[in-house]
Amino acid sequence: MSLTIGVPRETFAGEKRVATVPEVVEKLVKLGFAVCVETGAGAAANFGDDTYQAAGARIAGSAAELMDSSDIIFKVRAPAPAEIALMKPGSTLVSFIWPAQNPELMRELADRKLTVLAIDSLPRQLSRAQKMDALTSMASISGYRAVIEAANAFGRFFNGQITAAGKIPPAKVFVAGAGVAGLAAIGTSANLGAIVRANDTRAEVADQVVSLGGEFVKVDYEEEGSGGGGYAKVMSEGFQQAQREMYAKQARDADIIITTALIPGKPAPRLITAEMVKSMKPGSVIVDMAGEQGGNCELTVPGEAVVRHGVTIIGYTDLVSRLAKQSSTLYSTNLLRVTEELCKTKDGVIDVNMDDDAIRGLTVIKEGAVTWPPPAPKLPAAPPQAKPAAATPAKKSGHGHGAGEPASARSLAITFGVGALLFWLVGAFAPASFLAHFTVFVLACFVGYMVIWNVTPALHTPLMSVTNAISSIIAVGALIQVAPPMVQGTEGRPDALILGLAVLALTLTAVNMFGGFAVTRRMLAMFRK
Amino acid sequence: MTANIATMAYIAAIILFIMSLGGLSNPETSRRGNLFGIVGMTIAVLATVFGPRITAAGIPWIVGSLAVGGSIGLYAARKVQMTQMPELVAIMHSLVGLAACLVGYASYVDTSTTFPTEAEKLIHEIEIYLGVLIGAITFSGSVIAFGKLSARISGKPMLLPARHWLNLAGLLGVIWFGVAFLQAPSIDAGMLPLAVMTAIALLFGIHMVMAIGGADMPVVVSMLNSYSGWAAAATGFMLSNDLLIVTGALVGSSGAILSYIMCRAMNRNFLSVIAGGFGTGEGAAPAAAGSQPAGEVTPISATDTAELLREAKGVIIVPGYGMAVAQAQHTVFEITKLLREKGVNVRFGIHPVAGRMPGHMNVLLAEAKVPYDIVFEMDELNDDFPTTDVSMVIGANDIVNPAAEDDPTSPIAGMPVLQVWKAKTSIVMKRSMASGYAGVDNPLFYKENNRMLFGDAKKMLDEVLVALKA
Repeated sequence: MSLTIGVPRETFAGEKRVATVPEVVEKLVKLGFAVCVETGAGAAANFGDDTYQAAGARIAGSAAELMDSSDIIFKVRAPAPAEIALMKPGSTLVSFIWPAQNPELMRELADRKLTVLAIDSLPRQLSRAQKMDALTSMASISGYRAVIEAANAFGRFFNGQITAAGKIPPAKVFVAGAGVAGLAAIGTSANLGAIVRANDTRAEVADQVVSLGGEFVKVDYEEEGSGGGGYAKVMSEGFQQAQREMYAKQARDADIIITTALIPGKPAPRLITAEMVKSMKPGSVIVDMAGEQGGNCELTVPGEAVVRHGVTIIGYTDLVSRLAKQSSTLYSTNLLRVTEELCKTKDGVIDVNMDDDAIRGLTVIKEGAVTWPPPAPKLPAAPPQAKPAAATPAKKSGHGHGAGEPASARSLAITFGVGALLFWLVGAFAPASFLAHFTVFVLACFVGYMVIWNVTPALHTPLMSVTNAISSIIAVGALIQVAPPMVQGTEGRPDALILGLAVLALTLTAVNMFGGFAVTRRMLAMFRK
Repeated sequence: MTANIATMAYIAAIILFIMSLGGLSNPETSRRGNLFGIVGMTIAVLATVFGPRITAAGIPWIVGSLAVGGSIGLYAARKVQMTQMPELVAIMHSLVGLAACLVGYASYVDTSTTFPTEAEKLIHEIEIYLGVLIGAITFSGSVIAFGKLSARISGKPMLLPARHWLNLAGLLGVIWFGVAFLQAPSIDAGMLPLAVMTAIALLFGIHMVMAIGGADMPVVVSMLNSYSGWAAAATGFMLSNDLLIVTGALVGSSGAILSYIMCRAMNRNFLSVIAGGFGTGEGAAPAAAGSQPAGEVTPISATDTAELLREAKGVIIVPGYGMAVAQAQHTVFEITKLLREKGVNVRFGIHPVAGRMPGHMNVLLAEAKVPYDIVFEMDELNDDFPTTDVSMVIGANDIVNPAAEDDPTSPIAGMPVLQVWKAKTSIVMKRSMASGYAGVDNPLFYKENNRMLFGDAKKMLDEVLVALKA
């Protein structure tokens, strides 16, 4: 029996998003689900009831009616107590939950015997989880919107222009925190023509900043700020001091500051002090995207835009909601991907498979039992640890030019020991005539070694065919057996047999000799610039 | 020509051979290098023929056999396709091995050589024994390698039960018969141990190469190259001929270094390659079960591939054995040419063990007239993937497997690989989802930025080319 997915209207004040858009409804229906949408659910995001109906959804008159007929609820914001009370016990909820910040909510959901998938608890490190990552899609929208808000409040162009009416300098944008939102802000500002600088405590994002057209500003202090899982951590006092100086300098210079610095589970770091705001040029704009967590700027009023010391400080906490159509579309696509993972059989029935790393991380409550936090996912080693391991063999393979690193002392000692023993044995027992040949042999090995190390890898095949041709020098051995001058009493020498063997050997090596050189020649003629 | 002048000529030949190998250090001097080799060989042969060790009676035989062998060789050299180079080289190694055997036997039955002391006679016999041994292993091993490379024998490693014990028994047998050979009172009595040893050596050569998987073929081919050199050197000792010793040692150490480079490129121990058995149930099974990569494979059409290539600024093409099999190198170059005309920066990334012999890919690309200054080694290029728009993998698998870097339990863990997945988009051309020679599943195929273009490399590339021209 196929399950019904219910999409209620968001009740949180100012929330304009909807968890599922008509386009995704069609795909959910294809997966075998029935979809029920509360009337007016998509209105704020410009999706009318009729478009949902056209996509195959049923419209429910009220939240109570909807919850009653739904087995799975898709929501954006975590449900309010009133909504929880309406949900059917045993049903499944997919939504933002923030379990760490909302213990009370978690308890209520568990009491209701729900299965809850918190979209914010997705193990983001899993590469296949990326398509379900609503945090990323929402963050990039808010980064974009932050720039738009800034541009709206800023009294000038972003791009520099030289017009008949005079020269306009480009706006200078400083972005604090180069996470997903920060990067989106960098890209958007750069596209508008502004000069963009950005900073992040994680040094590894510098390349990403540059790739989007920004300039990475370093804090003049050595400390690595990666706190695991791609998030930032709290930095030391010395670092913070250096960071403050850098921010003060940027504040004096920048026209627009966009702050996105968040540390999971902690209040947002205070990056921009009242002093710095004062130092900014009048008409400048600060967009504080960390408003909900207290703000990165001392003077931020969460949820509002205020003017302090001539600087507009925007602390909106609903940036995503201000782009409701776009964010609803992306969010509902993320939910669709989650649904696909839950319903691999495409028959409208979900299976909350706790052995699946991604599903395990998402599921914070399973049938009324709290399963959050999840055990550490069994992942391939995280990139920072994997890098040194991968780098070592890579370095070793710098072949063809020099003999690589020196061998370890122990293996060197063993090699020398064995070598010395062998040489002693040869010296002790072999006759002088042999030693002369042996000397030549050993020296030739070394010459070969020295010469071959310089051969470029591209020419390895020609090298093999030319050495192959050269090894037909064995022909000389056959030649001198063909018809040697008879010096002394050599009666009983099986001349015919030797001649036969030698001629055969000579023929074989001749194939090699001519063929080898000819084919090498043919090959080398092809190598051209 | 006196013996002294012949010796001087030999020294000249030796110098020319060294210069020949040295000349191969870069493509510009390589053609001259080959010429040096030819001149050196000519001098060596002429100095021997007109030297004191050959009487006029032998000249017709020599001319005859050189003419017969030479024409066969020249014919083969002209006919061979560049994709068949590994086979040709392997079969030629076998000829050197066989010749070393024959010369060894001839030398043994030759009663005209006399020895002042007993020790020298003993050394001479040891040299014969070793020469025949190495020659026989080279011969049979190369024949099997030829069979595997030309697909006359399955490329899968054939593993006999207790194969290491078999090898050990063979070695003991060789030593046992060696002692019997040295103690033999007459040549006739010594013939039997020598013949038995030859048989053991032939079997050993067959067994050794049969146990080696297709992906390890570059190591085997270069190892046999090395053996053919040592066989020549052993013959030189046997005949007290410094020219043979030096040349053999040059070739031997050259092959040994190549084997070493190949092993290091796969992050594998030389012994473990020779001991064989890669990519079979033995080593790979537990790891494969444990780390089945999860995710979805995203297929792509030839038209979309063309679209991606057209819009890219930087493209890196990573060819593998599949390109050789499909003979797709010419189409690859057509595409490259087209893209370069459009201003796309197209480069080639070559893994040291791509293909079936060292440098195989370079030769194929050279044949297709790809200029060698856009063909790069793995190390030169690996850092550039993050700034590359499209990386296109043509018929390669293990050399682009991210498991080698990420998954310490993978059988190929630690092997340096081309990091194609770091490009914005990677396209893998493959016939099917089958795993490579190492028998390891490839997580690359499941990466989100990876696209699979299924089908025969040549056919698909032709379609891409048509779409690009449109």
